Formats: sequence, C-alpha cells, structure tokens
Amino acid sequence: MSKNVRIRKGLNIRLKGEAEKVLVQLDPAKVVAIKPTDFHGLVPKVLVKPGDPVQAGTPLFADKYNERVLWTSPVSGEVAEVVRGDKRRVLEVRVLADAETRYVDMGTGDPATMNRETIVQKLLKSGVWPVIKQRPFDIVADPAKEPKAIHVSAFDSHPLAPDLDFVVRNHGADFQTGMDALAKLTKGKLHLGVSDKTAAREFLDARNAVRDTFSGPHPAGNVGVQIHHTNPINKGEVIWTVSVQDVLLIGRLFRQGRFDASRVVAVTGSEARHPKYVRTLIGAPMKDIVGAVPEGTRVISGNCLTGDNVGADGFLGFGHSQVTLLPEGDEPKFFLTKGWAGPGLDKFSASRSYPTWLMPGKRFAMDTNQNGEERAFVMTGQYEKVFPFDIYPVQLLKAILANDIDQMEKLGLYEVAPEDFALCEFVCTSKINSQSIVRDGLDSLKKETT
Amino acid sequence: MKALLHLVEKMKPAFSKGGKLEKLHWVFDGLETFLFTPGHATERGSHIRDGIDLKRTMSVVITALLPCLLFGIWNVGQQHYQAIGQLVGLGEGFWEKVLFGAVKVLPIVVVSYGVGLGIEFLFTSIKGHPIQEGFLVSGMLIPLVMPVDVPLWMVAVGTAFAVVIGKEVFGGTGMNVLNVALTARAFLFFAYPTQMSGDKVWVSTATDLNLPLVDGFSGATSLGQAATGHVDRIASLSDTFWGFEAGSIGETSAFACLIGAAILIITGIGSWRIILATILGGAAMSWIFNLVGANDYMRIPVLHQLMLGGFMFGTVFMATDPVTAAQTNTGKWIYGFLTGLLAILIRVVNPAYPEGVMLAILFMNVMAPLIDHYVVQANIKRRLKRAAVQTA
Repeated sequence: MSKNVRIRKGLNIRLKGEAEKVLVQLDPAKVVAIKPTDFHGLVPKVLVKPGDPVQAGTPLFADKYNERVLWTSPVSGEVAEVVRGDKRRVLEVRVLADAETRYVDMGTGDPATMNRETIVQKLLKSGVWPVIKQRPFDIVADPAKEPKAIHVSAFDSHPLAPDLDFVVRNHGADFQTGMDALAKLTKGKLHLGVSDKTAAREFLDARNAVRDTFSGPHPAGNVGVQIHHTNPINKGEVIWTVSVQDVLLIGRLFRQGRFDASRVVAVTGSEARHPKYVRTLIGAPMKDIVGAVPEGTRVISGNCLTGDNVGADGFLGFGHSQVTLLPEGDEPKFFLTKGWAGPGLDKFSASRSYPTWLMPGKRFAMDTNQNGEERAFVMTGQYEKVFPFDIYPVQLLKAILANDIDQMEKLGLYEVAPEDFALCEFVCTSKINSQSIVRDGLDSLKKETT
Repeated sequence: MKALLHLVEKMKPAFSKGGKLEKLHWVFDGLETFLFTPGHATERGSHIRDGIDLKRTMSVVITALLPCLLFGIWNVGQQHYQAIGQLVGLGEGFWEKVLFGAVKVLPIVVVSYGVGLGIEFLFTSIKGHPIQEGFLVSGMLIPLVMPVDVPLWMVAVGTAFAVVIGKEVFGGTGMNVLNVALTARAFLFFAYPTQMSGDKVWVSTATDLNLPLVDGFSGATSLGQAATGHVDRIASLSDTFWGFEAGSIGETSAFACLIGAAILIITGIGSWRIILATILGGAAMSWIFNLVGANDYMRIPVLHQLMLGGFMFGTVFMATDPVTAAQTNTGKWIYGFLTGLLAILIRVVNPAYPEGVMLAILFMNVMAPLIDHYVVQANIKRRLKRAAVQTA
C-alpha cells in the first residue's frame, strides 16, 4: 500500500538563515495569546472575562456554530484581555501566566484501548481538536463527520522550515500515541508521508500508519501534494490532516492527561541573530522568541510563504512551528542598479532572467518587496512548473475570479488549500495574490455546498 | 540616484489627486515605476516574491529581438547596395550599409513606439489604470515585420489600429485575442496591399544619386518569386539561413532568430514547446509536400522551406506571445504544430498570399482558447472518472 512518489515540479527557495540544530528552552512566557484569527472562518464565542482565573486546559472560547469545539488556555493564570478589532471581531484572548503551571486533569489513557467516541470527546474537551484540519476548505475538522483518511506529513519542505526529524527526537512515544489516537478516528487509512531523506526512527518505525515516501523539491512536504499523489480527494469526500507537532500534542494529552501546549519553534531568516530552535508555548509572545529586532524587520509567525506578519509585539500562531525574520522591502529600487534592468546578482528568480541561476549554491537574503506591480495574467506555463497537481492552476484561479462555482469545483478546488498556491504566488510575473484568491474560492464553494 | 528619487518625489504631488496635472497621473506613474521599482512590500500571502516582473520579462524579449534588429539594419543597406551594383560583396562597406539601414529603419522604430506609447498613455489616462508593459515588445516587433519602404504614416496608422482595436478595446495587455504586432501588419497588408507586398517594397532603391539599378534586379522576396512560379530564383539555403535576402526588416535571418530563440528558451520566457512544435508542424507540412511533389514549390527541401520568409521569425517571436497563444502545456503543442502546418500550407498552396506565417498565427490565435478549452475539459473528465472508479 505504501507508495514512493517523486515530485518533479516545484522550487526550493534558497534563503539565508537556516536554524542551527540546537534546542534552547525558553523561560516560561509571562503572557500568551490564543488567536481565533489563526483559524479561517471561525466565529468564536468567548467563554471567559478579563480577570477570570484559568488553568492550562480551561476553555477560552468555542466555535459559535459548533460549540463542542473548544480552544483552551495553554497556561494557568488570569485572563488579561479580550482584544477586539473592527466590528468587535475577536482577535486575541490574552492570558497572564502564573510562574508555575497548573493543569486541568484530563486523565491518561491508551488510545489503542479506547473507542472512537471517547477519543473524540477527549480531544474536544481538552482543546486539542482544532489541530485537526479538514479538506476540502482547509478549516478545522467537523467532529460529526468521519474522514475517508487522515494524512500526516513528516517533513516540512518550506524555505528554512524546521527539520521535523530533529523536532521529534526523543519524543517517539508521544508521536506513536498520537498516531494511535488518529488511527482510531477513521475507518480508512492513516497516512504518514516521509521524505526520502527522513532518517528519524520515530517516523520510519511508526506503527498503525501507511508510510508513503516522497522526494523532490518543495512543495513535496505539503500534505495537499501528498494527498493528491496517494489518495486524491474526490467530490464529496473529506480528508483530515494533522501536523507532526500536533500529533505530539495529542500524544502528550493521552500519555500525561493534560493540555501541554509546548512547541518547538525554528527561529529562521536572514535577520535572525542566531537562527536556532527554541522550546516555547503555543501563543507565546514573539518578544520571548526573537528578542529585540531592529526597525525594518518583518516578524513572521510561520514560514515566508504562508506565515502571518504578526510584528515584533505579536504572538506565535496556533499552528506555527517556525518564525521567520526578513528585511522589509519598502524602499524604491532604481531600475539600473537594484531594479528590473539591473544586473540582479542578489535577486532570486525561478526564471533564468537574472544571472543568479548560474549560482546554484548561493543563498539569498530576500526582502519583502513585491519586486514589481500587479498586472493582468500575461505569462503562461509559469505556475505549472511549481505546481505538482493534475490541476490547471491559472484556469482554476480564473474560474474563482469569475465566481463560477461549478467550474471551480470541476477544476478541482476541493483538493487544494491556499498554501498549495504559495509557490505560484511567489513565481508570478504579474504579482497576482493567488493564495487569497484560492481562499475566496474555497469560501464561496463552502457557502454554496454546505 | 538619491537626487533623482527626490526629484521624482517632488514632482509627485502635482500628478496626484487634486494636483494640477492629475489627469496625467498614470502617465507619471508609468514613468516613475519605470525608473524605480516601487517600495511596495507584500501585504497578503507570500512574504517574498520572485525577482522577475513584467518589465524584466519584456526587456528580455527586447534583448532577444536585438540580433534581428541589428542584422536587419545592416541587411537593408546590403540589399540596397546590391541593387545599385555598388559594394556588392558581403564584407564591403560595412559602415555605409549600417548607416543606410539605420536611416531607413530607425524612423520606423521611432514612429511605432511614439504612436503606440502615445495611445497607451491616452488610454491609461482615460481609463485610470496603470500602464502595462506589453507595448514595449509590440513596438519593436512592428518595425521588424514591415517592408523597408513602408511609408511612415502607414506605420503610424497600422500601429494605432493594432493598439486600439487589437488590444485596448479588449482591456489592454493580457486581454487581447490577437497578437498586436501581427494585427498591425495584417491591417496594412489588407488595407494597402501595394505598399505591403509585391516586388517594389522590400529593397530600398531610392538613392540620392538616382543611380540605375543593376540588370536583372527584381526586388521580390524569395517567397514572392516562388509564388509567381520562379522557384529557381529563390535565395540559397545558406543565404536564407544567414539572411542575405530581401524581406521584411527583421525577418530574413534565421540565424538571428535562433539567437533570439536561445535567449527566450534559456531564460524560460519564451515557450520552447511552442517553438519546437511550430518547427515540427512546418517540417511535417513541407515533408508532405515533398512526398506529393506536384510542382517545384512543393519540392523545396524541408530545411530550406523553413528558412524562407518569416517562418523562423514568426515561430520564435510571434507564435510564442503568451497572451495570444494556447496557455496549457498540451495546448501549446497542438497550437504550435498547427501554426507551423498552416503557415507552410498557405504559403505553398495559396498564390494570393506569398507568406502564410502571419495568417497562420492569427488564425491559431483565434483557435487557441478552443484548444485550451478541450485540454481543460479532458482534465475535468479525468477527475470525474477518478471519482467514479473510487465509488464503484
């Protein structure tokens, strides 16, 4: 059953600032923030008020339309603030942390001996459930449904991404327990996608899962690509996906009986003073993770293709295990020196229109400049080179722009998530923001079909 | 550059909303962004972006066209001196020939860019959208597909027609159905046939000294000769490869076109699929004609047939226009193959049109969306079939 898949289309963006393989335990965070905005489409119902005492595992908010799905506090202490934005939209729930963390006792148990419903209940009650994502629509999974399969990608191929072999080291028991729990959630198969370079025994010896091996450039590590090549989603089918660090979170829930929100984060990017791995908490403040950053630095929670610009005062996103620091690119560039007609010795491009393609080993300190202005679709064949799906990306985007629901569905929108289009967006000559277009498409499709 | 940036910044308010020259905002914007890639940092999605933009893309295409332009300038001089029987040898009078060619060709380039960009500026101001870079290439292609003796007013009219009717009415760069430069040429070809075809326009024979032309000079292109039944008078294979023959300004040298093709393919900006497919299509048709062999024209060897006329130029620079060609990779093979096939078919079989490349490409431009439609439908069917297999 396990497959070997070679991904030929894609692109490895060679950036400076890879994390050195040292793990630093950070001091306990004094304040953490859980952000409903990390979950697309979530309308939160806040369950706490400022001043309320909480323990690690106490619910902070629930999904307004599915109140079984809870988000709980990663620390014990006191609710500090519910930060709201326009139209009173909830942006963050901040919790001040005690020096010593007290946990809500969820009870330990071996998932192998539990039935599906008990496992689901445990995941829901502990606030771990939202780590399970579903396709189509790339949203939090619906606990009332059963997926045809569950996929976990055991490697991250994004630029400067954390090495999951390193992350999982010494946590093999947590990982296996998490996988055992997930295996119970589907009547279909649990898939674990490893890279041909994966060496961690924790992954290679994992039981209870079908192991698929992938090789090739990014986005080989994207779970969407792995699903497409091993077990494609057809209309009406649902697949769940979970990241490796979230499998560990599930494993800890069953083995320790508590919501242990610790997370290994790779601090990366050309502006990071010392790129390394740190152990911290979900929702920890960026200040703790990256320290003081100079003016003109973009602080991204996540990777440079799909992460969020949270700023130096922001907080780590719920699902993120990487922080990227890049120089802002808000300076105009004179055309003959640094602009479009320049020699471009510092410009990375998937095309070979700059001489840097002759320097295959060079790593780049890219800034956040758009490097051009938005234009109509002109070039063709560009997306196809970095998009390893049997889907026509430009035609799909055009169907979304035209709001032709029927056509988007026929062209395979339910198979993809915005992150699958990140490379298309990166290489685009016309600077078209395809990730947000795909997100809009998924929203319209969801509205139409559910 | 700081000083220039300050100057631009200082001028900006006058062109912004409420400024004295508000109407010219987008023209100013076009010039500003030409000089300085704006300091727009990414706001949504991917935080970093590829170094390439449309300006870079277009400048690569123009670089690829330069060999054709430079050779064309020299060749205009060469053909002229050959016609009047002076400096006949290829190595003789290099600078005289270049000078003569430049005087003939550069005004056409200037008129093409002047009229085209003028209209772009006008539309940009009326419609309030930024200037898009498409015309930078069209403006260079138009002179290269003109006969050297074309009157400048005709270049202006053709360019205006192509930019307005061929492009702007569809919504500007990226939206047009037909290749802009070929629209200009086709318009002039049908509106002013005497100045765009025949045997009087390809070689500039006007001279200050009113020297008589050499005996036996015809002035017709190889394809003109072939179409009138004089296949024996077409240029030799090597002359057609290097481009020592009469023809449109930039089209004659297959060698220069191949340099351009190499630049486009290496940079990844031109589609190698289309170039290869078009050549294969042309070769297939020539080969079929060889087999039929009903007349001398059909018996021209495959390689020679492909070097003649504007086939290589059209293949490399016109058929590959990403906006008007097929957009799917499978579609590109079909589109290119049929373009090559039709080009040779029209050329050999239809005596009214000595060269078929222009019409073949325009026709396939119209067909390209249909080709893509069927390619995409096949993908949709494949997806449905997969679902059916799973549920069965």
